[in-house]
Amino acid sequence: MIARTIIAVVIAGAILIVAFFGWAWRPAIDPIAPPDPHGLDTAFVRHGAQLAVLGNCNTCHTAPGGKSFAGGVAVATPFGTIYSTNITPDPETGIGNWSEGAFRRSMREGVDRAGHHLYPAFPYDHFTLLTDEDDHALYAYLMSREPVRAAAPHNELRFPFNLRIALAGWKLLFLRKGPFEPVASGSEAWNRGAYLVEGLAHCGACHTPRNRLGAENKNDRFGGGETEGWTAYALNHASPAPVPWDVDAFYAYLRNGWQRVHGVARGPMAPVIDNFGVASDADVRAIAIYIASMSGTPTPERRRQADEVLARTGVQGPGSNPVSGDSRTTALAAKVDGSGADMGGMIYQSACGFCHESGRPLPFGGMDLALSTAMQGPNPINVINVVLAGLPAAEGERSPIMPGFTGALSEAQLTDLIVYLRARFSDKGPWTDVAKHVRDAMTGNRRFATYATRGDASAPADSSQREKPW
Amino acid sequence: MVKLTVNGREHDISADPDTPLLYVLRDELALNGAKFGCGLGQCGACTVMVDGKAVFSCGTPILLLEGKQVTTVEGLGTLDNPGPMQRAFMEEQAAQCGYCIPGMMMRAQALLQNNPLVSDADIRAALQSNLCRCGTHMRILRAVKRAARLMQTAGASSTGMGGGR
Amino acid sequence: MNNVVVLSRRSVLAGTGALVFSFCSQSRLAAQESAQGGQQSGAARALPGSLKTSPFLDSWIRVDANGSISVLTGKAELGQGIKTALLQVAAEELDVALSSLTIITADTARTANEGYTSGSHSMQDSGTAIRHAAAQVRALLIAQAASRFALPGDSLRTENGSVVAPDGRRLSYGDLVAPEMLHVRAQPESVLKDPRAFKVMGKPVARVDIPAKVTGGAAYVQDLRLPGMVHARVVRPPSYGARLAAVDTAAVERVPGVIKVVRDGDFLAVVSEREFQAVKTMRTLAAAARWEENAHLPKQDDLPSLLMKLPAQDTAILDQRQPPAAAQKTVEATYTRPYQAHASIGPSCAVAQFENDAMTVWSHTQGVYPDRQAIAEMLRMPIEQVRCIHMEGSGCYGHNGADDAAADAVLIARALPGRPVRVQWMREQEHGWEPYGPAMVAKVTAAVDASGRIADWDYAVWSNTHSMRPGGAGSLIAAQSLSQPFAQPAPKPIPQPEGGGDRNAIPLYKLPSARVMHHFLPAMPVRVSALRSLGAYMNVFSIESFMDELAQASGADPVEFRLKHLDDERARAVITTVAVRFGWSSSPLPGGRGRGFAFARYKNLAAYCAVAMEVEVARDTGRTRVLRAVAAVDAGQAVNPDGLINQIEGGIIQSISWTLYERVTFDDTRITSIDWSTYPILRFNAVPDSVAVHVLDRPGQPFLGSGEAAQGPAAAALANALASATGHRFRDLPLTRERIKAAVPV
Repeated sequence: MIARTIIAVVIAGAILIVAFFGWAWRPAIDPIAPPDPHGLDTAFVRHGAQLAVLGNCNTCHTAPGGKSFAGGVAVATPFGTIYSTNITPDPETGIGNWSEGAFRRSMREGVDRAGHHLYPAFPYDHFTLLTDEDDHALYAYLMSREPVRAAAPHNELRFPFNLRIALAGWKLLFLRKGPFEPVASGSEAWNRGAYLVEGLAHCGACHTPRNRLGAENKNDRFGGGETEGWTAYALNHASPAPVPWDVDAFYAYLRNGWQRVHGVARGPMAPVIDNFGVASDADVRAIAIYIASMSGTPTPERRRQADEVLARTGVQGPGSNPVSGDSRTTALAAKVDGSGADMGGMIYQSACGFCHESGRPLPFGGMDLALSTAMQGPNPINVINVVLAGLPAAEGERSPIMPGFTGALSEAQLTDLIVYLRARFSDKGPWTDVAKHVRDAMTGNRRFATYATRGDASAPADSSQREKPW
Repeated sequence: MVKLTVNGREHDISADPDTPLLYVLRDELALNGAKFGCGLGQCGACTVMVDGKAVFSCGTPILLLEGKQVTTVEGLGTLDNPGPMQRAFMEEQAAQCGYCIPGMMMRAQALLQNNPLVSDADIRAALQSNLCRCGTHMRILRAVKRAARLMQTAGASSTGMGGGR
Repeated sequence: MNNVVVLSRRSVLAGTGALVFSFCSQSRLAAQESAQGGQQSGAARALPGSLKTSPFLDSWIRVDANGSISVLTGKAELGQGIKTALLQVAAEELDVALSSLTIITADTARTANEGYTSGSHSMQDSGTAIRHAAAQVRALLIAQAASRFALPGDSLRTENGSVVAPDGRRLSYGDLVAPEMLHVRAQPESVLKDPRAFKVMGKPVARVDIPAKVTGGAAYVQDLRLPGMVHARVVRPPSYGARLAAVDTAAVERVPGVIKVVRDGDFLAVVSEREFQAVKTMRTLAAAARWEENAHLPKQDDLPSLLMKLPAQDTAILDQRQPPAAAQKTVEATYTRPYQAHASIGPSCAVAQFENDAMTVWSHTQGVYPDRQAIAEMLRMPIEQVRCIHMEGSGCYGHNGADDAAADAVLIARALPGRPVRVQWMREQEHGWEPYGPAMVAKVTAAVDASGRIADWDYAVWSNTHSMRPGGAGSLIAAQSLSQPFAQPAPKPIPQPEGGGDRNAIPLYKLPSARVMHHFLPAMPVRVSALRSLGAYMNVFSIESFMDELAQASGADPVEFRLKHLDDERARAVITTVAVRFGWSSSPLPGGRGRGFAFARYKNLAAYCAVAMEVEVARDTGRTRVLRAVAAVDAGQAVNPDGLINQIEGGIIQSISWTLYERVTFDDTRITSIDWSTYPILRFNAVPDSVAVHVLDRPGQPFLGSGEAAQGPAAAALANALASATGHRFRDLPLTRERIKAAVPV
């Protein structure tokens, strides 16, 4: 009896495994000759360009100093490092021999032309929402790019994560195939925003926390996440921003790369903003509308706190004297006597205050840190990153420049400074483990990406006439 | 009173602790190398090394520097006994007005001390924070590469020939 | 054959004696000239280089009894290597080791008045004077030795600072020199060394100033430290012409360590024992100050059309127009340039001391004499009581804040007699208050005939003056802001053949019918003055871009098209050299790449320079990078070939930065490009892979100024390469990434 049960279980298991493999297996789609770029419809190519910008394809698929879309970017995950692929129309190392059907399948289902499952580092759980027409346009755009011969490095994943077939199980659990279904109660702009945010722009990929299996936690959408060694703050009701965001603020930030009372977009947001800077106004506005709807209306208490902060900060607007940094106009509040007491405060006043208390307006002045979201955030990671690396200059474009303080600050000094900043600029109580976060950053244990903005959206709105708002 | 160690020598500095290192180097210690270019950390003319890492001395208050080793271009060698970095810049005639050069040299020194086998791309990336207005960039790059070779053959891995004031 | 030199009785006296240096001021010279009659002054006018205005040999070369030799020049070291080059010239003609010479540069108490170190004149003016003076000094010393040895002069030779007889007897220069011996007028002709015998001229001698600069030696005015020196900072207004309505200085004056607050009208400065304290109290004062602003700056985006509507003084600097009768292919284009900044890496600085009724100021001004005159006028002091000494600053590339910092320093020094006062400008003060290179517009129409030759050419350029240098206290910001202010002098155009806004507006090409109009605009809403190459940068950018447009219209290769219109052999030589070295061809380039060519002779009378570039444009972003540049330069007799290469290399890279990135920005009242974040320049990530400069040396030919020769050709080569890469012609400077991206199809 027992033997029969065992045999039955084994046979059932075998059937299940075979069934799983059968279900998980995807056929290869026949290769084609790369389509003639001149035969592609220009209108679709242009539309595809717009979509690629919103999807930030070049950010993951272009290595620093490398050719556009030739891949090779290392994406660190909890399971190992994955390298982005070459999506230029090179037939051997790129996607030149992919038919449109193959491309659409990769976007909709996360399967490549050969039938292999793709890692969701390529966020097809978002791209699945794209309509056929948008996939068509993206295909036309990519096929019109310059082919580059460049094979991506092999992924470095531990067993069993290096078994692609296992991803079928992941998809079973977490992939809801598209395309996008508009919500009847939402406005056209809101739906457009939802389509873009949930689809192409894949904001949740960074801004939503992930579970153990690396999938976004749908119960806490836009509740905050992390990427490339930075914290991506919550965009929903849990947003730590001292002044709540609204549609106009999001729009200005995404369009220009900075916003008067929220700061400058840097870190991994810099390349996103560079792309949004050339997206259409209507699309950026739609994205702003949708994201703003995530945060909801601020409570009266939150509003009151925000008003208090704004009243204190005295942010200067149009017509103010564009004094540069090194503009400390008041004698140091605390007598800086090097006695050891409140070292953090002394460091702040002597090393930071000359820009951050200058009153020079954003985007070129050091922001008043009372307005900083990072100071209110759940951890000090972003503050540490910026203090150490600064904000690098954009190439040939006007952009704020902040020097990095690596080398000037010891671990103890940076820790003291961070502790001081949190105490001074936040009512939320001290961060835990500041010393550990500092050590991780300074020893290279936690690596973080630094980006110079390309400068598309770095210049202030209009510098030529004073009466226009900054 | 702040104790500063500059080019291997200890000094008792009576300047206010919030004074940027740049002013102390130039005014209290009469060291000419580090220059005032912007005071904002944007141009790098003030670059020196602290514990072997390049910093903007215009934005580093001396209260941060007790117990740390500050190195300026004067610490890389002297007129009579120049160090590899200085020799390289002289041999390449890598200067026009020369104002940015000590800052370039210090940033390059910090780079080469930590990564003796740097690529051209690494050198360009490291010097990104330093501006040159005269257009001496090609010679500066050649000089840094030359310094790397000189440092390798000399087997020197520390701050040059010592000396300085 | 040696010169015939008239020796006075005193100079023949045997024995040693230090040369008593007596520098002759221009007014005394004029008196002597008129006393000695017209013939003498006729001879003075024929003298080469700056000997014209300073004809006495000891204005240039001084020999001490102990044999030490000094070279004196009225020019200033700007980082262009002039000290080294002049030493080479002197060493060669004096036949001494370069290391035995000292050079003294621009000092109103010691050196000749050579005006400004500008316009690439230094070698032509000072180098020529020193060369001839040195040759004639050597001749005098030989003549003295000849009389002492009782041997004919041409049997003697010089070696290492001595005159040597065939029998081995030798007398050192120190032995030979006598008081007043070199205080003689130069002769119009000299026996110069044969270039084939050059030992040091024409050689890439290492620069004499670099060793100190890389080992922390004192090299700049910023490094000057005098006993008892105090530190000052000026509080500048937020905009042009702002009036200081109110400022409470009492609180600041009470702070320990603050020595004085100086206020005169709208001029406000603070002096402190310690430098950082001066900075902090400046900021406190700045916050306390209330200004009434009056400036009305133009709308930035409307600048070109505004310039063309301003009242203009119109001059046809070339008018040989005979438009052809037959139908031709006509091409028309308009080019524009914004205001661009010197943006010197080291903000301006000066030290001044007022003691015993005399004012001494150390400054990196390009013109110690004119600046001294302006300062004397501003202080209402006799000019002889003012001494202006040049000390190096960072590269100035023209008229930057140096003169104004000197004026600031003397005003404050006068308020603190006895104490040396150091004024250091802040970054935003240098960026915001320096006089910029003017915005310009150029319009050109030309016709090409069936044989591919230019048949007609009509060019017009609109520009402010390119020189508001002192001379005249009213050019100084400080003087304009005093309670008894000095009015800004009326701007004047610089006449041809040098030109200002019209510099290089006349092409070197053979044009059967041509007209060139200079529309000089006196009204200056934004402060302007000389920026390296003046109008040549923009005019060459326009002309050379347009030559490519014409070449394209007639189906010709751009290089061939230029050669077709040039007879000048030296021009043809630099062009063909570059074409060959660059590998100029019309073969297709990989996608996104382009090649471009340009040529100009600076001012049509200085150095010849041709530049070719290859660029790469990233389609998706519009980002442009120059991959490689190849240039050739003919500067006549090249005194220091390496120095020459350095200047051309530097000029090319600086021009790339100007051309791709640079534009002064302002709102309706204030300059807003006040630091490197708001006025970005080239950084290492955009530097080309290679820049190769080939020198066409012309031994024996006159020196030709070369420091500014590359600015225009580099800009046009870039624009032409961009056109080749993108198929689109960009005519509005700067050629920004945004403009390029907008023009390039997806």
